[in-house]
Amino acid sequence: MARPNQPAGYVVDGELVEDAELIKRLRVGDEPSFLALVERLHAPLMRLARSLVPSDAVAEEVVQETWVAVIQGLDRFEGRSALKTWIFRILSNRAKTRGVRERRTIPESALGDDGDDFDAVDANRFDDKGMWGIAPRRWEDDTPERLSMNRQAIACLNEALATLPASQRAVVTLRDVEGLESEDVCNILEISETNQRVLLHRGRSKLRAALEEYFERE
Amino acid sequence: MLTCRELTELVTDYLEGRLSIWQRVQFQMHLGMCRHCRAYLHQMKTTLRLTGELPDEPMPDDVREELRSRFRALKKDAPD
Repeated sequence: MARPNQPAGYVVDGELVEDAELIKRLRVGDEPSFLALVERLHAPLMRLARSLVPSDAVAEEVVQETWVAVIQGLDRFEGRSALKTWIFRILSNRAKTRGVRERRTIPESALGDDGDDFDAVDANRFDDKGMWGIAPRRWEDDTPERLSMNRQAIACLNEALATLPASQRAVVTLRDVEGLESEDVCNILEISETNQRVLLHRGRSKLRAALEEYFERE
Repeated sequence: MLTCRELTELVTDYLEGRLSIWQRVQFQMHLGMCRHCRAYLHQMKTTLRLTGELPDEPMPDDVREELRSRFRALKKDAPD
């Protein structure tokens, strides 16, 4: 699955090129194809790298290393996963190696960074029977005013994503920003399907809460 | 009977299609009766849609040029 606003392949000189053809071209050193790949994936790689390493500077280095590894590894790529998944996997491995050095990695614990205590919604909003006390309001759909407001909502969302615990941020980035399937995300981050779902749930719940706070302020 | 609070903890499993049939029936029955939880689900779906619309940062020109020359150099070192 590609991001909703992006095509499934890579745009090389105005032409949409899919994985298999792109790899063929990359292997013979076709520069426009490489630039198309870089253009499409550099920002997503930076976004993921930022969730895995402690600073922007290290994230940039890890992404650079990833590109070098991609160029060097092209001949070994077997096409068993999408090219994009393979590249994210290289990044994740690099970041992990780096994280061991920098003392920050995805925690092995099944529950991520919140421990056992997690509430998708603040417990005070429910009555003692577990029913809504302070109920969520229905957000208006895409009326034009709402769309123009969305730019700010998106800034708020970006900020909320950046403050998620590392492992939740990485999972939400890959699943919901990049639109990857859960199987690919487990593969890239080397986590179990259950762990992935727990992290996704916690991350998504916090993003919703951040947006709700934003919309309530409006 | 599922509580609203329980529903908010099951919403990801619901969207991921990971609820058992029985849980799914309970979830949908609750939704049918509770407009607050329908609003909650709608908020969650809106959150996911907006997350998918987060804009990519533009790539700095110097990074593009740096990568271009690396590609050139590495491909020249190891012709196929």
